[in-house]
Amino acid sequence: MSEAAKVREIRALIAAHKRWDLVFAMLGLLALMVGVLTFAALFGQMALEGAPRLSWDFFTHFPSRKPDQAGILSAWVGSTLVMIVTAATAVPLGVGAGVYLEEYAPRNWMTDLIEINVTNLAGVPSIVYGLLALGLFVYQFGFGQSILTAGLTLGLLILPVVIVATREAIRAIPAAIREGAYALGASKWQTTSDHILPYSLAGIMTGVIIGMARAIGETAPVITIGALTFIAFLPAAPFTGDPPAGLFEWILSPFTVMPIQMFNWTSRPEAAFQHNAAAAGLVLVVMTLSMNALAIYIRYRLRKNIKW
Amino acid sequence: MTSISQADRIDAVPEKFVSDRLARRQVRHAKERVIESILFLAAFVSVATTVGIVVILLKESLDFFQHVSLWDFLTDTQWTPLFADAHYGIVPLLSGTLVSSAVALLVAIPLGTIIAIYLSEFAPFTVREVAKPFLEMLGGVPTIVYGYFALLFVTPLLQMLYPELPGFNLLSAGLVMGIMIIPYVSSVSEDAMRAVPMALREGSYAMGATRFQTAIRVVTPAAFSGLAAAYILGISRAVGETMILAVAAGMQPNLTWNPLEPAATITAYIVQVALGDLPHGSIGYQSIFAAGLTLALVTLLFNVFGHLLRKRYRQVY
Repeated sequence: MSEAAKVREIRALIAAHKRWDLVFAMLGLLALMVGVLTFAALFGQMALEGAPRLSWDFFTHFPSRKPDQAGILSAWVGSTLVMIVTAATAVPLGVGAGVYLEEYAPRNWMTDLIEINVTNLAGVPSIVYGLLALGLFVYQFGFGQSILTAGLTLGLLILPVVIVATREAIRAIPAAIREGAYALGASKWQTTSDHILPYSLAGIMTGVIIGMARAIGETAPVITIGALTFIAFLPAAPFTGDPPAGLFEWILSPFTVMPIQMFNWTSRPEAAFQHNAAAAGLVLVVMTLSMNALAIYIRYRLRKNIKW
Repeated sequence: MTSISQADRIDAVPEKFVSDRLARRQVRHAKERVIESILFLAAFVSVATTVGIVVILLKESLDFFQHVSLWDFLTDTQWTPLFADAHYGIVPLLSGTLVSSAVALLVAIPLGTIIAIYLSEFAPFTVREVAKPFLEMLGGVPTIVYGYFALLFVTPLLQMLYPELPGFNLLSAGLVMGIMIIPYVSSVSEDAMRAVPMALREGSYAMGATRFQTAIRVVTPAAFSGLAAAYILGISRAVGETMILAVAAGMQPNLTWNPLEPAATITAYIVQVALGDLPHGSIGYQSIFAAGLTLALVTLLFNVFGHLLRKRYRQVY
């Protein structure tokens, strides 16, 4: 075989192998497209079915047996109130735990145990949290099927998300910041509250928002605690009604949330109710996606702006 | 001796002799200790949660197993706790869970892995910057919305191809669940691949390998333990997923290995019971904790398996 023929043969071999590169790159794009198309179909289907139902009345009416009069008033109010309790649970506990593990924790078996626990809790199915809440909050503590129970449950559920985000944000702060603070005589807590927390705030916010976006769409644990699916009233606002409700009376009120309302409508056979489900789903998806988008935006800004 | 007695007397010194600075330091020290304890308690909540889950599941399940023998639970082929003729065999629920998970993983593992390899080894910077947030959003869609989509879009679509398909079936629920799991699999896999040192790729390229050869024969084996972690995460998600199945696969326990049939999963059963109004302490109430315990054990089993796999194949650079 001549030299030229050998070279040609090698070139052909290289070209054949490079074709595989191209084939795989196409395959990768195709796999991504499966995700894109599914999402497009999901969003398109809900928009087509649900958009005609979206009106001011849909947001200001209670659920009803008549599909064209039903609305999501009690659902979005319930979701908002539950989210307040969830945030009040998960933010202090999650940020506190994250700060403890990064700044305070000694290297011992207790710290190891907590760290392993946080990792494992992130993998526990959400419905198991619902069973915990049913046994513990509903019956043991007697909170009943209330906003408080749901908020605490979802708070525990998203705790690992907040802890991990807090730890990552704190870990990104260079040691020089701490050393500078200590050198000026600051105590550990002064260093933490004046430097570590403010500098990690954006990272923590990202985690909190992602966690809340997850909590607002969670259905299974809230159903498991036995939340009613048909609620045509709102929890009493503070200082209203007769006798006047206390400041925190709403917290023990029965409730419904957006995903439960959607589940309720989805499982009805009538098409009219399923249009309501689509409309509720549309609202829910827009809510969670805008929360996720906000978190992604904050993270993007963070990566761009902070140069230690 | 004098020095010791002097040291002892420091505590006895009247308060006004303690300098302001020392007093402030003591207050500050006490405050620091209180804050540290509070932060520790916050961290300890996660341990308390785990303990709570284990205790609640075990306690109610033990009551359940007072009425139902473990043997019946594992071998009976019917699950009808709410009927007059009650049977408590977990196998039908388990089969529903395993079949739907298998369908989901058949979608999620190949697609997730291909996406991960593509994003980590092939994709240009801009594609990655767009695709990653998009995948994250795909994972952020509430599962009830996926359930709606499976029941009212995917099932009718599949019925066009195969008209005998019932309205509730494991196939469409599993397919949609697979799409839902893709982001979890792909993001963990991609992180694992990007953690493979550049030097390995450079060595491979220096030997004349193409991108594809490097990705498949060098990077993927090197990231194997991370890939295993990603797959295990996907399995846990699939086994524990609730709403998609409760909406699209039906709530009728059905001992079947055929994804074209409707069947309840463990999670769907828990939802079904919770939707009704079972009195606290009844056998039906306890049965959801027994079902939950089974679910937790199955998840744990996969996690332990994944841990062993990771340990066995971990590469240290």
